[in-house]
Amino acid sequence: MADHAHKLEIFRGLIKFKSNTQKIWGVLLLLSIITAVEVVLGIYKPEILMSPSMSPFEGGFGATILNILFSVFIYTKSLNLIFIVLTIVKAYYITWDFMHMRDETKSLRRIVVWTAVFLICYLIFILLQEGGYIESVYTDGFIKRDF
Amino acid sequence: MNSTAVSTGTEGTTWGGGNQPLKSSYGKMMMWFFIVSDALTFSGFLAAYGFSRFKFIDYWPIADEVFTHVPFLHGQELPMIYVAFMTFILIMSSVTMVLAVDAGHEMKKNKVIWYMFFTIIGGAIFVGSQAWEWATFIKGDYGAVQTKGGNILQFGTYVTNDGEEIFKRIAVEDFAVATYTDRVQHESKKGIWFKSESSLPEFSVEDIYSGLESNSSILVRSQAINNDGEKTVLSREESLNQIKKNGKRYIKGANLEVNEYGASLFADFFFFITGFHGFHVFSGVVINIIIFFNVIIGTYERRKNYEMVEKVGLYWHFVDLVWVFVFTFFYLV
Repeated sequence: MADHAHKLEIFRGLIKFKSNTQKIWGVLLLLSIITAVEVVLGIYKPEILMSPSMSPFEGGFGATILNILFSVFIYTKSLNLIFIVLTIVKAYYITWDFMHMRDETKSLRRIVVWTAVFLICYLIFILLQEGGYIESVYTDGFIKRDF
Repeated sequence: MNSTAVSTGTEGTTWGGGNQPLKSSYGKMMMWFFIVSDALTFSGFLAAYGFSRFKFIDYWPIADEVFTHVPFLHGQELPMIYVAFMTFILIMSSVTMVLAVDAGHEMKKNKVIWYMFFTIIGGAIFVGSQAWEWATFIKGDYGAVQTKGGNILQFGTYVTNDGEEIFKRIAVEDFAVATYTDRVQHESKKGIWFKSESSLPEFSVEDIYSGLESNSSILVRSQAINNDGEKTVLSREESLNQIKKNGKRYIKGANLEVNEYGASLFADFFFFITGFHGFHVFSGVVINIIIFFNVIIGTYERRKNYEMVEKVGLYWHFVDLVWVFVFTFFYLV
């Protein structure tokens, strides 16, 4: 396995490391910086990020479609959206560089990543949709749940 | 003798098993498929957490107010500091693991041994930290009153800090006085043998009510989250009214049934998800130790490849990967 070839570029070739060891430390630095940003944002919670970045569209069917398309900007606080994006970035670098996904064949990569991503998105959609619906029944329906 | 072994003459050709489209060994591929299925298990848990949270979106506990403790720093509210430290430890142990894999590729036995050693230490620190986090969560800090409807009422007072008025929590022990009560803990030896109960709460609701009545600055905070993203503080009148009318029992800390920080589901999911993750870390440490000793006795040196280190490495990184998501959805969002 001594001739095992590693791809040493990250950021689409913007940074190219000299050796695999160097790349590992580089990725650690990146992950640490992202975690530090998350912690700082989580502690200070800037006021500007505490509400969604867009307000819902008003009007007929077209507005509903737009609300669905831009739902992450309309219904999620900007801060939470930033956290989720940063988490996915971290997950990408852990998988690609620590788990050597970058060095695997394209087909293995797709078998693993697409399957998981598709099923997880489906699961999240269904459960969160249902949770939101039940919340609306509790709030607006004629149900008393606090006695 | 050889009559059953049919040779087709296609061995080693494309359709005879000679083609390896994924260019990956059997073991590594199976580890990847296990990771995919395990990832789905964890996302099932986290999505279920999201479901329950969306269901009670206006009543969910605020993680920043729950996980504020750091070992050796008593009484200071430092949200997220310790869990950030834990995250860093786990990422760091991932790094030593990948360095061990890298050293394995270069057949440097001693380097593999040392990096595996640091990985195990990192994993042990993480599991220990998680145990501490659990213990702190179970112990609780301020105490609260559970209402007949299952809600949580907490106590605090407004104080001015740097010209800013903030709501400071007050522990029930600091204002309530436990009075004598006829009610004693029912043990199985004292009555019907198949009936018993756990220890009685330290204070009765009446004790807390009279304590609240005599401290005019203390207010009650309900679970409802207001427009500023903070828990609603009730007026003095409403505070007294709520405790008198709805108070059921005094609770402190968290368990699977109640949770002084708010919705009991929050505690249930916390124990379940971090517990399941902690179990993964623990088994990862055990597998790492096995591989560690295998490296020391030279198993992979004789095998002339260190792929086993790579496979256990994949599992270890996956544990780190899951933690990144748990960290976000439990502590940040």
